[in-house]
Amino acid sequence: MADVLTAPPEVGRRHFEPNYLNERRGILSWLTTLDHKRIGVMYLWSVLVAFLLGGIFAMVVRMELLTPKETIISADAYNKAFTLHGAIMIFLFIIPGIPAALGNFVLPLLIGAKDVAFPRLNLASYYLYVAGALFALASMIFGGVDTGWTFYTPYSTTTTTKVSLLTLGAFILGFSSIFTGVNFIATVHKLRVPGMTWFNMPLFIWGLYATAIIQVLATPVLGITLLLIVMERVWKVGIFDPALGGDPVLFQHFFWFYSHPAVYIMILPGMAIISEVIPTFSKKTIFGYKAIAYSSVAIAFISFLVWGHHMFTSGQSDLATAVFSFLTFLVAIPSAIKVFNWLATMYRGSIDLKAPMIYAIMFLLLFAIGGLTGIFLGTISVDVHLHDTYFVVAHFHYVMMGGTVIAFIAGLHYWWPKMFGRMYSEKWARPAALLIFLGFNMTFLAQFILGSRGMPRRYYNYLEQFQPLHVFSTIGSWVLALGLFMVGGYLLASLRKPYDAPDNPWGGKTLEWTTSSPPITHNFETTPVLTHGPYDYSPQEATR
Amino acid sequence: MSHPAAPAEHVHEPFLQHHFAEPAQQVDAAKIGMWVFLVTEVLLFGGLFVGYGIMHSKHPEAFASAHHHLDRTLGALNTIVLLVSSFTMVMAVAAAQAGKRRHLINYLTATLSLAGVFLVIKYFEYSHKIHEGLLPGALYSYKGEAVPGEFMFFSFYFMMTGLHGLHVIAGMIAISWVLRRAIRGDFSERYYTPVDLVGLYWHLVDMIWIYLFPLMYLIS
Repeated sequence: MADVLTAPPEVGRRHFEPNYLNERRGILSWLTTLDHKRIGVMYLWSVLVAFLLGGIFAMVVRMELLTPKETIISADAYNKAFTLHGAIMIFLFIIPGIPAALGNFVLPLLIGAKDVAFPRLNLASYYLYVAGALFALASMIFGGVDTGWTFYTPYSTTTTTKVSLLTLGAFILGFSSIFTGVNFIATVHKLRVPGMTWFNMPLFIWGLYATAIIQVLATPVLGITLLLIVMERVWKVGIFDPALGGDPVLFQHFFWFYSHPAVYIMILPGMAIISEVIPTFSKKTIFGYKAIAYSSVAIAFISFLVWGHHMFTSGQSDLATAVFSFLTFLVAIPSAIKVFNWLATMYRGSIDLKAPMIYAIMFLLLFAIGGLTGIFLGTISVDVHLHDTYFVVAHFHYVMMGGTVIAFIAGLHYWWPKMFGRMYSEKWARPAALLIFLGFNMTFLAQFILGSRGMPRRYYNYLEQFQPLHVFSTIGSWVLALGLFMVGGYLLASLRKPYDAPDNPWGGKTLEWTTSSPPITHNFETTPVLTHGPYDYSPQEATR
Repeated sequence: MSHPAAPAEHVHEPFLQHHFAEPAQQVDAAKIGMWVFLVTEVLLFGGLFVGYGIMHSKHPEAFASAHHHLDRTLGALNTIVLLVSSFTMVMAVAAAQAGKRRHLINYLTATLSLAGVFLVIKYFEYSHKIHEGLLPGALYSYKGEAVPGEFMFFSFYFMMTGLHGLHVIAGMIAISWVLRRAIRGDFSERYYTPVDLVGLYWHLVDMIWIYLFPLMYLIS
């Protein structure tokens, strides 16, 4: 505590004021907490560990692909590495990342509530997450899984690797996700501060609400599908096995009925963060509030009608393929509405390039590429050529990493002062962001080219003509990793400082900035009173 | 359901959690949560129903022939048992609403017993199938005459009724918990949310059976 005593008196005093972090101490006070902020923080550290683990697998995969033949690991190990990379990143990092970690912390603050509707269910969802993660870990320790994260039958029902453990883990994680969704829906409906109508909720809430709807409606179907895989493995029930009269494509239908909406479980919260960051750092009222809000709901709705675009080459009927292709194009409309509204918000704003805003702009660039290449893939004639190539890999990394993960990092920087009461180093944040941007594009732009030239995804060896681009992509992954480690480094370093974050470091207009940094246990001293909308920057605009 | 809080009377609400402003808000939140959870349950079974429908259309003869092994009388009996249990559950909620503790305890006990009867009947049905070798997938070992593919019907029969059975057991645990709290005197006209919610859950469990019964026992 010596550093605290030598700190400026104002900061030192704040260090001893009670807040949610220091009011109760000890590991038990965390493990039994019902405080949404503490549960959010526990989720945050957990998903970051998962991100690190999934990232290590990604680095191993990229390293192996440095040369056309064996580089560092065997073909079997390679299959397991990309499977675990995908499964960990999706089920343990991206899906819970924004809603359960950042969302848990911020959602009640943004609507002026003291907690989520069901605090015990919230804690239960965290423990289910841990249990699911342990199952996933067990599957790795006892031999790994080599099916790819999609668990396609009939391979997944016949391979001797530990599919049952990993699918049971994903099943449990699904329930964790459902509990979070149920909680958020009830919270948004019933716990908004008096006077906050649906249309002056912050847009982050709209995004999380739409996400919660998908979580609740899609996840159970994944749950039963994964159970059916376990049944198929244990009893050969026959439903997915053509030799027994079953249908393996039925598995793909079931799987993507969840997993395509799950893509929007991943991207909608990312978009929701961008809707907060852009007005705050443009000092301008959000443009097209209702359009952005409705487009979140529209994306959630359409997300249930497009799963068939994963099966254009799986023997689906021509009619179904044409309909799914058309419906897939529809998703572009609400997505583009959001992007144009964000741009219009920035137009003539006074843009402050702090780290969250840098990442928000990065999101716009990368998500635009990811989204547009999605249109390529939704086009039947193009998809036949690009299906299962690196083009698809590059596309979904531009959406999932360039979109969601970059938005997650934006949100992490944006709310870091609120969560932990400390400012991160803006000086380090800029070069790190640059490295991430460069590294990401090096890694995945190369993969667009590889894919369009016919490099199939998930292959262990490849033709020598592809090597230069693979090398480029692998070097890009190192740059990207360096940038991410820098972010981790300066964020963690900030935690060693005494509290130095003001209550409202960015001049935000939403309710979380009206309480202290870090917040007190009950969030607000008194029930907050709404005096203006969530993005009401009109005084600044008047003086411009 | 919006009851404006009356500031004049400060009734102590022992079950009001700190983050809710008033009891009505807590009740509404709990109900929304339960309804949303029920939706997830419907979708969980929905996957199996869709799978059943598709496999049925692929193997209509096998399914039609296999379903003759089920005992319609026992199935119908169990349907009646569950329907009556739904009725006793409704009466339990009504008793809770009216603050009649004695009635509440009796109706909950009746519901719990009927759930037990359902499981006992199911046990006899299952043991008969197991004895005959009418089992899912690779375990199927029926020696009599059969259309090829009957094992698929039993795959679905055991998965669907099994998952439903697990829900009946979960429901019995929930009813027992509510019963214990009712005996302890936790509930009154002012607070009976758990009874309400467990009731909703129990009706869903019954409703799923209402769909399973014709699907399994009455196909042609």
